[in-house]
Amino acid sequence: MAQTPKELILDPMVDNNPITLQVLGICSALAVTSSLQVAFVMALAVTAVTAFSSMFISMIRNQIPGSIRIIVQMVIIASLVIVVDQVLKAYAFEISKTLSVFVGLIITNCIVMGRAEAFAMKNPPIASFIDGIGNGLGYGLILMLVGVIRELFGSGSLFGVTILETVNNGGWYVPNGLLLLPPSAFFVIGLLIWAFRAWKPEQVEERDYKIQVVEEH
Amino acid sequence: MPDENKKPGLLRRFLDTPPDSVGKTVFVAVVLCLVASMIVSAVAVSLRPVQEINKLKDKQINILQVAGLYSPDTDVTEAFKVFEPHVLDIATGKFTDQFDASTFDDRAAADDPELSVELTDDPASIGRQAKFVTVYLLRNEDGSLDKVILPLHGYGLWSTLYGFIAVEENANDIFGLQFYSHAETPGLGAEVDNPRWKSLWRGKKLYDENDVLQITVAKTAPPAGQEFHVDALAGATLTSNGVDNLVRFWMGKAGYASFLASVKAGEI
Repeated sequence: MAQTPKELILDPMVDNNPITLQVLGICSALAVTSSLQVAFVMALAVTAVTAFSSMFISMIRNQIPGSIRIIVQMVIIASLVIVVDQVLKAYAFEISKTLSVFVGLIITNCIVMGRAEAFAMKNPPIASFIDGIGNGLGYGLILMLVGVIRELFGSGSLFGVTILETVNNGGWYVPNGLLLLPPSAFFVIGLLIWAFRAWKPEQVEERDYKIQVVEEH
Repeated sequence: MPDENKKPGLLRRFLDTPPDSVGKTVFVAVVLCLVASMIVSAVAVSLRPVQEINKLKDKQINILQVAGLYSPDTDVTEAFKVFEPHVLDIATGKFTDQFDASTFDDRAAADDPELSVELTDDPASIGRQAKFVTVYLLRNEDGSLDKVILPLHGYGLWSTLYGFIAVEENANDIFGLQFYSHAETPGLGAEVDNPRWKSLWRGKKLYDENDVLQITVAKTAPPAGQEFHVDALAGATLTSNGVDNLVRFWMGKAGYASFLASVKAGEI
């Protein structure tokens, strides 16, 4: 299953997207997508953490005792997340204020753990690094799509630049307040998954059960 | 070659001991923890000075904003020098020299049993109130008082709102109110940050001619006394009530009333 670097990057965008296909990392996708700028920084942070944690785990993958491998992965991931959090607090203070607790929660983001366990433990460091970048970008892509919808219709702006002048500021657009609240991201992500699977029917999961036909008509 | 039943080939190579031996497991765990903790503490220690500056700057920017002196290209440290920080003893309404005003930490003081009091009458839901706070004076070029910037905080719907109020030299006219830290609902309660709503505070009066506290945040405007009324935020009743409570608490007797009285008397 050797994949070229290009495949490693592109595959998680649509065909094997961590959010829409694997439905991982939903918690943070709900929380940070109400404004694009925050979603963008979160996507970068997750990409960096996934790439580097996969690389480091892959480097020592032959030395990790199987009995404690999950804890070893967590220690590496957690250390990287703290480093990212500290760097953001030092050089992007405003954004780290808005992201607040969600940077720390990257530790629990299933995408990072999932790539470590599913890819980095069995592949060489460079491939693991690229795989981490690809999955981080796949996550980021969905974050940005959701962010565009939520910020545009929720506060009438994109990246903080006003597109639709809201009534509160003397304009005409009545913003949809629901889109600023986390539940709306559920609806938007659900619709996105529907759209992706309508476009690529092979992503539709097989049913676990079939309703038994008792009598043919 | 060591064999692990669940993941064959996962631990292909190993130098001396089998990777799943107890010794190897303990060794890997210890070395990894040491390396990880050294990296994390090195990063935390080396970045702390930059982070401290950021926090300080953030607070200074908010003080500049509430005083109407901030634009994005302002040199914050330079502009902030116009303010005269003082540590205020809330009970007496007089400045105190016990603490260095440039380093006094209001939030730490509110948690310190020595420096704070437990509130029994607590409309702003803050629990403990510090006996001392840092206030900032802004003077005109001739040395007369222009504005006083007073910190205030209280509970809204989800969170404690921390902010500053700027009051004119007559100790009655509000120049501005601004919150720098809160976690109210985006689009509803978080509209306390909306410049249009903040602008409603300018020119409102705290006290009537008998020195009775009159300022309120309410949904409906009273027939008389427009100068004491600020429109509540639409769809954010509880946040608006919180702002009303905290402003009335801090401007009242338990807050800055005695200090503002001495400002009014021209003693500052």
